[in-house]
Amino acid sequence: MSTAPILTSVAILGGVGFTFGTLIAIANRKLKVWEDPRIDTITDLLPGANCGACGFAGCRAFAEEAIEGAVAPAGCTVLSRMEVEAVAGFLGVEAGEANKRVARLLCAGGSDVAGPKAEYYGVESCAAAVAVGGGGKGCTWGCVGLSDCAVSCDFDAIWMNEVDLPVVDPEKCTACNDCVEACPLDLFELMPMDQKLIVQCKSLLQGDAATELCSVACDACGRCAVDAAPGLIEMVSGLPVVDYTKNELADPSACDRCPTGAITWVEGAQFDLKTDLDSGMTMDSEAFDRRPAMAGSEVA
Amino acid sequence: MRARLSFRHGVHPPEHKELTAGVPVRRMPYPEEIVLPLRQHTGKPARPLVEPGDRVERGDKIGEADGFVSVPIHASSAGTVKEIGLWPHPDGSMAEAIRITVDAFSPQIPRPRIIPHWDGLTPDQVVKAVQRAGVVGLGGAAFPTHVKLLPPDDVVVDTLIVNGAECEPYLTTDHRVMTEYPERVQFGIRIMMHTLGVERAIIGVEKNKPDAIETLERTLPDDLDVTVQGLTVKYPQGYEKMLIHALTGRDVPPGKLPMHVGVVVQNVASLACIAEVFETGLPLIERVVTVTGPGLRRPSNLIVPVGAKIRDVLEFCGGLLDEATEIVFGGPMMGGSQPDVDAPIIKSTTGIVVLTKKESRPRRTYPCIKCGHCLDACPVFLNPSLLGILAQAGRFEEMEEADLATCMLCGCCSYVCPSNIPLSQMFALAKAGAQRRKQQAA
Repeated sequence: MSTAPILTSVAILGGVGFTFGTLIAIANRKLKVWEDPRIDTITDLLPGANCGACGFAGCRAFAEEAIEGAVAPAGCTVLSRMEVEAVAGFLGVEAGEANKRVARLLCAGGSDVAGPKAEYYGVESCAAAVAVGGGGKGCTWGCVGLSDCAVSCDFDAIWMNEVDLPVVDPEKCTACNDCVEACPLDLFELMPMDQKLIVQCKSLLQGDAATELCSVACDACGRCAVDAAPGLIEMVSGLPVVDYTKNELADPSACDRCPTGAITWVEGAQFDLKTDLDSGMTMDSEAFDRRPAMAGSEVA
Repeated sequence: MRARLSFRHGVHPPEHKELTAGVPVRRMPYPEEIVLPLRQHTGKPARPLVEPGDRVERGDKIGEADGFVSVPIHASSAGTVKEIGLWPHPDGSMAEAIRITVDAFSPQIPRPRIIPHWDGLTPDQVVKAVQRAGVVGLGGAAFPTHVKLLPPDDVVVDTLIVNGAECEPYLTTDHRVMTEYPERVQFGIRIMMHTLGVERAIIGVEKNKPDAIETLERTLPDDLDVTVQGLTVKYPQGYEKMLIHALTGRDVPPGKLPMHVGVVVQNVASLACIAEVFETGLPLIERVVTVTGPGLRRPSNLIVPVGAKIRDVLEFCGGLLDEATEIVFGGPMMGGSQPDVDAPIIKSTTGIVVLTKKESRPRRTYPCIKCGHCLDACPVFLNPSLLGILAQAGRFEEMEEADLATCMLCGCCSYVCPSNIPLSQMFALAKAGAQRRKQQAA
């Protein structure tokens, strides 16, 4: 057997490889785009969740903007204060004071205050319940309590408390918007932490019709609006709307005027955080067991 | 093509029609209050024309059609408008509704009106009259009838199919309309054939209603090509596409309407309603409703004014038994459970079924065992098992690729599933999600 064919093929492949290698080397030299090496370093310091809470396309995009100086390191709401300082220290800039945003639930009607009108049997999901008849709760605007938001949260920041309301841990919440999209009733809203005056009700009913269904519902009495700082609170279709551009005028006195407690002054978490953290559970296991498994009757 | 009088797949649940099949239709007395939601039909809700405090007579228009795919709303009783506001809607939400306090001493006489003779009207005028009267499909979907009567110019309609299948268990609304008002049904067919310009009409009735078939055959007109066909008793025989297949052998392609294969389908009750419009000049303000179920004291077939509350209707039927656990609007296969007894009867309500714990107990769901029963049951030849697995994984885009749009939520798959997987509810959810994504994209 002759070795010629082997040598020929090795020579051809070697030659082709060398030619293209040279071309790539030249291209690398001529067409090189300089990239700031700090981008990679900063990206490594960032959480890498690509959650988008900062408003940029992902962590790398945020890193680029941070180096440009377009955004302060504190703009990343997921980082802890120490990590923010680390990024700021590396870049030699001020860490900045980001107004941390968290997801706020615009409903306070837990199962203890908002009664059921019917029992819901079916797929254990808020979206499913809302799609086939509004779930079992008397108030059709209120939280269904089947934990679509808690399931959607990538940061373990939401869990359901004993009255079937989602509790958001402001420490863990990154304002990534997942729960806002998951809620079929649009009950979540991302708010800066310094917006402390929150209307925890979306019921469009007024007067006794509203409070019959839920004792903490807004009954549209308008007392919060009349004595508030001018222009701060306005009643729109039976619900108070706080003008957060005048946020510095807000004070807890509006809550004292509210007969039902629909408007509240929130420092930190909206609802009691302790509920299930102590037992290490993210869900009330007893309540979970109490629920019937799945649909008995066809409601679709 | 040869008529097969049946279709492939489907299921045959227990009929339970014996509760009301032989009960003559009675008229329900006017309740104290009537609640008329502005959204009672598929399409855009009506716009209110009245103010609180206004006096209305029976048959007065109180809501105006908003656009082409919309119909007006009429007062079903004389009285005073109490309020226009949010009220529980049978779909589970709160919706704008006009509440009318009924005048208990009113003779309920409508205002004087001109009744045009149908024969002298052009098809366009008939269609306008049908829209003005607020007529929608009374089979359950509540699609405005006049929209179906205006096929585009490139479509040739040659057959009118009259849907008297009534395949849902428990319901006997269409059955009673066919046996008690056959002349009205025939008159409605005559008007429709005139309007659509078709030569042939076929009435499809499931064979479990021999008296209805017999009555209709006895009253068939001599001068028109109208036939009555007995159909295999099978669910969902009353779904348009199944019915067209069974009666004409034609198949409606996915995403197309019956008119694209030359057919217009009308429910018998809708035809009787159209006939009434041209007989009495009254709009659609009352309908026959089957109130039945094992949880009800006195199952009945009733003429109910549109807008009567469930509470009042149930009370007239003797009230609920202690075992009653669930109230379903429409049939148990496709109907929606009602969370609120204050919700009103609307134009699309075919029946109220009161179920007891025995029928509606929640059952444990088990994992899919890939038995394939759902594939054998699906009348539109989908793979519910695969779709269900995709739905559980939240892969809704892939469900759309697997022809989710063809699914009409008939519930056959959920009915046969030995693991009690709520398949059709998951599909309803996926469909709602798909619609929302489409709206967001637009």
